[in-house]
Amino acid sequence: MPTVTLNRQVVEKLVGKRLSPEQWKDRISMLGTDLERIDEKEIVVEIFPNRPDMLSEQGFARALATFVGSRRGLKEHSTKKSGQKVIIEKSVETVRPYTVTAIVKNLHFTDERIKEVIQIQEKLHITYGRRRRKCAIGIYPLEKISFPITYRAKRPEDIHFIPLGFQEKLSAKQILEQHPAGKEYGSLLNQQPLYPIFQDAKGEILSMPPIINSQCVGQVTEETREVFIECSGFDFAVLEKCLHILVTALADMGGELYSMELQYPQEEKSTPHLQPTPMKLDVAYVNRILGLSLQEKEVQHCLEQMGYGYREGSVLIPAYRADILHPIDLVEDIAIAYGFERFHEEIPKVSTIGAELPFERFKRKIAELLLGLGFLELNTYHLIPRELQTTKMCLQGNPVVILDPVSTEYNTLRMSMLPSLLQVLQWNKTREFPQKLYDVGVVFTKEADTETGVKETVMLGVAVSHSKAGFTEMKQVMEYFFQILHLSYVLADTEETGFIQGRVGKVSAGGREMAVLGEVHPQVLEQFGLEMPVVVMEINVESIFALLEEQGIRD
Amino acid sequence: MEEVLQKLHPLEIKVLPYLSTCKTAKEIVEKAKLEEVEVLRALHWLQSKKAIYLTSTVTEFLELGENGKAYLKRGMPEKNFLQKILGKQVQIQELQKVTGLTREEVQVSLGLLQHKQAIRIQDRKVQCTEKGKAFLQEETAEEKLLQKLALRPVPVQDLSKEEWQTMQQLRARKDFLRVVAQKTHAVEPTDFGKALLKQKIRVRNVIDQLTPELLREGKWKGKPYRKYDLQSKVPDIFGGRRHFEKEAIEYARSIWLEMGFREMSGDLVHPSFWNFDALFTAQDHPVREIQDTFFLQDPRKGALPEEKLVKAVQEMHEHGGKIGSRGWGGMWSKEEAKRNVLRTHTTVLSARTLAAIGKDTKTNLPAKYFSMGRCFRNEALDWNHLFEFNQTEGIVVDRNANFRHLLGYLKQFFKKMGFAQVRFRPGYFPYTEPSVEVDVFHPTHKQWVELGGAGIFRPEVVVPLLGEDIPVLAWGLGFARIIMDYYKITDIRDLYRNDVRQLRAMRSWLL
Repeated sequence: MPTVTLNRQVVEKLVGKRLSPEQWKDRISMLGTDLERIDEKEIVVEIFPNRPDMLSEQGFARALATFVGSRRGLKEHSTKKSGQKVIIEKSVETVRPYTVTAIVKNLHFTDERIKEVIQIQEKLHITYGRRRRKCAIGIYPLEKISFPITYRAKRPEDIHFIPLGFQEKLSAKQILEQHPAGKEYGSLLNQQPLYPIFQDAKGEILSMPPIINSQCVGQVTEETREVFIECSGFDFAVLEKCLHILVTALADMGGELYSMELQYPQEEKSTPHLQPTPMKLDVAYVNRILGLSLQEKEVQHCLEQMGYGYREGSVLIPAYRADILHPIDLVEDIAIAYGFERFHEEIPKVSTIGAELPFERFKRKIAELLLGLGFLELNTYHLIPRELQTTKMCLQGNPVVILDPVSTEYNTLRMSMLPSLLQVLQWNKTREFPQKLYDVGVVFTKEADTETGVKETVMLGVAVSHSKAGFTEMKQVMEYFFQILHLSYVLADTEETGFIQGRVGKVSAGGREMAVLGEVHPQVLEQFGLEMPVVVMEINVESIFALLEEQGIRD
Repeated sequence: MEEVLQKLHPLEIKVLPYLSTCKTAKEIVEKAKLEEVEVLRALHWLQSKKAIYLTSTVTEFLELGENGKAYLKRGMPEKNFLQKILGKQVQIQELQKVTGLTREEVQVSLGLLQHKQAIRIQDRKVQCTEKGKAFLQEETAEEKLLQKLALRPVPVQDLSKEEWQTMQQLRARKDFLRVVAQKTHAVEPTDFGKALLKQKIRVRNVIDQLTPELLREGKWKGKPYRKYDLQSKVPDIFGGRRHFEKEAIEYARSIWLEMGFREMSGDLVHPSFWNFDALFTAQDHPVREIQDTFFLQDPRKGALPEEKLVKAVQEMHEHGGKIGSRGWGGMWSKEEAKRNVLRTHTTVLSARTLAAIGKDTKTNLPAKYFSMGRCFRNEALDWNHLFEFNQTEGIVVDRNANFRHLLGYLKQFFKKMGFAQVRFRPGYFPYTEPSVEVDVFHPTHKQWVELGGAGIFRPEVVVPLLGEDIPVLAWGLGFARIIMDYYKITDIRDLYRNDVRQLRAMRSWLL
C-alpha cells in the first residue's frame, strides 16, 4: 500500500477547518486511511489502493473537507474546449493502443509545487498505473509544443531524442540500456517491434511512453504556466480515471482545465469529461446490508459527506473516483460517513450447530497420547531450505520448489517431518537433555493426478535425543501408539537413507505402510552438527485415520 | 540445633566429619570415598541449613591438545623442517618430499621460520640461515610450555607473562592446546556448622526412605522418621506439553465452536483461481506478484474447477457479470488463474466452502464456518514479519446477515481472547465491501493496535460461488499478534523458534 507524505499546511488550507491534533488523528483514521504520523509540517498516511484520488494533497483534502463537514456534496470541475488535437495512428494498436489527454492553464509552479506534482505522478504510476504497465503519465510545458500532436509507433532504430536529464541524443535502444528509467521500465517495451512516441507538428519527439520524456520538450519548470498532459495504456476507461485524478488535483491547485480532441483511426473522442456518473442506489439495500434504518434524506446526507451528489434515487459519482464498481461501494462510503463507531454490534439469535472436523479431533488425540509420554510439541515451518532435505537429511526424491523466494531459507516445501525435527534439535544443542519432541504437520510430494500436482499429507514426526537414545525407546513409543488405537501392525526391516542399517524399520497396518522408525545415521547427525544420538519416527496420521474410519471404529 | 540434627540426611552425616579437615569438595570425594554427585548434594543441603559456606568457582586449565601431544613426541614440525634442509637449497615444490611433512605442516613451518629469519627464500629455493642453525640448537619457549603441560594441566591464571604469550601463539595452531573450564567448590563451615561439628552425631535408627519391605513387614511401626528439609533444591522436571501457540489455537477453536461455527480445512497449495480469482482479486493486483506471494516453480500450474464457475468468475472480472457491477475490465486469463500458490490467507477455504454451500443454498443456509490454519507470505523474516503465520477465518452466510452482526461476532471473539476494548475502522480488501480493520486497545502501551481484517464479501465474489447475492460476513485475522501480548512475546519469530527451554518455561494458556 502506498504511503504518501502530505504538506499539512496545504491540506489544512484546502480543508478549511481548524481541528485539534486529536481530531485530525481520529478523522483521518475513520475516513479509511491508515494514519502513520502527523506533526506540525507533515501528514504521513497509507492510502488504500482503492483510493488513488487521495494520493495528492488536493485529493486528500477534498475527501477530508466533506467528511469533516466544511463542504458538502459534489465538487464540480468544469472544462473548456482547447481546440487542440491529438492524432492517434493505427501503428500503436499492438503496442500501447490508447491515450487520453488534457491541457491545464493558469498554473503557478514553485519548486514545492513541482515536487507535489511529481509525487502524484509517481504514486499514480506505482499504484493505479501498476508500475506504468497499465497507465503511464506524461506532463509537458505547453509553450514548447506545436499542435497537432501525433501518437504513433516506430521502429526503435528510427527513434532518436535527448531523454530527460541527458545532454545528447540517444537511440531508443540506448535509452532502454542507459537511462535509469529505461533500465527500470525497459522490460515493458523491449520485446516490441515498434515503440510508441508522442511527436508534435514539427516532428519534435515529446516522449517515448511509458519510459521517458524528452529533455527539450518534456520538462516542467518554475516558469511553466500551461501544461499538456497525456496518459497512455491499454484500457481507455482506466486511462480516463487516471487523467481525471490528475487534472482535478491540478484544478484544485488553481489550474484551468481544457479538453482536447482525440482522433482515433475509427472514431473521434474528446477528454477529459468531468461530469459525474450516475448510479442507482436503493435505500432498502443500504439498510439491509448495514443493519440500519436510514431515511433517504439521511442516506443523501451521508453521500454528500463523502463528496457525492444525490438526485432522485441516483448517486452522482465524481469523475475522479476509480473505485465505485457496484452500489455496494456506495454502501461502504455511507457506512464511513455514518461512522463505524456509531454501529451497535449485535449477534443475531440464529441457531446453528457447531462442529469440529473429526480429523482435527483425531489430531488432538494423537497430541494427548504423546503428551502422556512426556513429549514436547513443536511448531515447525513447511518451507525449509532444499539443502536441509536433500544434502543434510539425505532424503530421496525431489521436493516441491518455490518460485523466487525472498530467502533461500525457504525455497522448498518439506517432503518429510524429519529435517524439521533435526533442525530443531540442532537449535537446541545447548539445552537440557533428554529432548523428546514431536510435531504434527503437512508434508508435500508431487503427484500428477491431484488438483495442483501436489499431494499434501499430514504426518506425525517424533524425535528422542539423549546420551542413551536408541531404537528400543522409539519402538516402545510405536507399540504404545498402535496399542492404544487398537490397530494391529507389522514391523519389518527396511532400508532407508539417513538411518543406520539394521536399526530402521517400517510399520504397516491394514496392508498400508504407516510409519518408519529408526536410529539416525551418525553421518546425518554430523551434517546437522549434532553430538547426541537421535532416534526418530514418522507416522502417516492421515492413513491411520482413514484406516480407523474404514474399520468403523468411530461408529 | 536439635531440629537440624533430626533433618540430617545420611549423606550429610557421612560428609560432616570431613568438613573440619577438607577445604574443597574434591578432597571430600577422595577421602570419604563417595561419588562426586553425592558429596555435592550433601554440601548443597548443608549450605541451605546454613552449616557451611559453599563457594563455586570456575578455573580455566590449560592442557595439551591432540597435536600438542603428538608433536611433543615427534618434535616440532618447524624443527624437523630445518633439520631436513640443513646445508641444502630446496625448491619450494620439493619441500614436502624432502621434509616428509604434510602440505599444511610445510606451510606453517615456512611462515614461522621466515618470521624468525631462520630461512631465506631466493629464486623459489629455500635455505637455512645462521639464525636458523642457532634456532635448531635452542629449546624454544613453545617446547618448554608443552613439556610443562605434559606433566599436568596448569591453571591459566598461574602462567607467567612469557608463558601466557607463548600460549597465545600456540593457540593459533590447530589443537596444540586446549583450555578446559573446571568447577571447584570451596567449603568452609559457618559458626553454626562448627557448633554442629562438635555435636555427637550418631546414626540413629530412624526411617529414611520408606520401603516396600518396611511396609510389608510392619517394621515402620513405632520408629521415628528423619525429617526432610523441605527447602532443599530438587532437580527440574519437564512435562510433555503442547506448543504454546497451538494451545491458544485450541482455545480459539473452542470459541468458534461455542458460537455454533462448523470447522473447515483444506490444502496449503491452491491454484490462484481459489486464492485470488474467486475472491475477485484483479489479475494485475500487486498481491499476485512474486515479491509478495509464494508461487510454485514446480509444479507450476494446477487445475481449474468446472467450466461454469470459471466462466462466471471470468465474466465478473471482465465485465462485472450481470449484477450491476463494472468489473475490473481488461482480459482475464485462465493460465494466470491456474498458477499454483501457497495460500496467502485462509479466505481461500471460505471461497471453496461457499462454492460447496452454493450447490444447495436451500438446505445449507444459514451457515457459519471457521478455520484455523497456516498461511504464507513471501517476506523477509524479522522481529515483526513471518513468512508462515496462522490465521483464524470465519464466514457467516445468511440472507439476514448485516454489518452490525459482523461487528458483533468480531467483538465477541476478541472479548473472549482477552481484549475488553475493540474499535472498528474502515479498511480495504479487494474482496470485501464494506471492509473493516479491527483495533484493540493495548492496556499497557495505552494505544490502539491493529489486529485483523474483516468485511462483507462483495457481490462479485458471492454471486459466482453461491449463485445469488446473499450477504456473507467474513474475517481473516492474523493469530500471532492476538496472542503475543498474553505470552509477553515481542519478537514474532519466537512463535517458531522452538527453543526447548522457552517452550518448557512458557506460561500456560489460562483464558
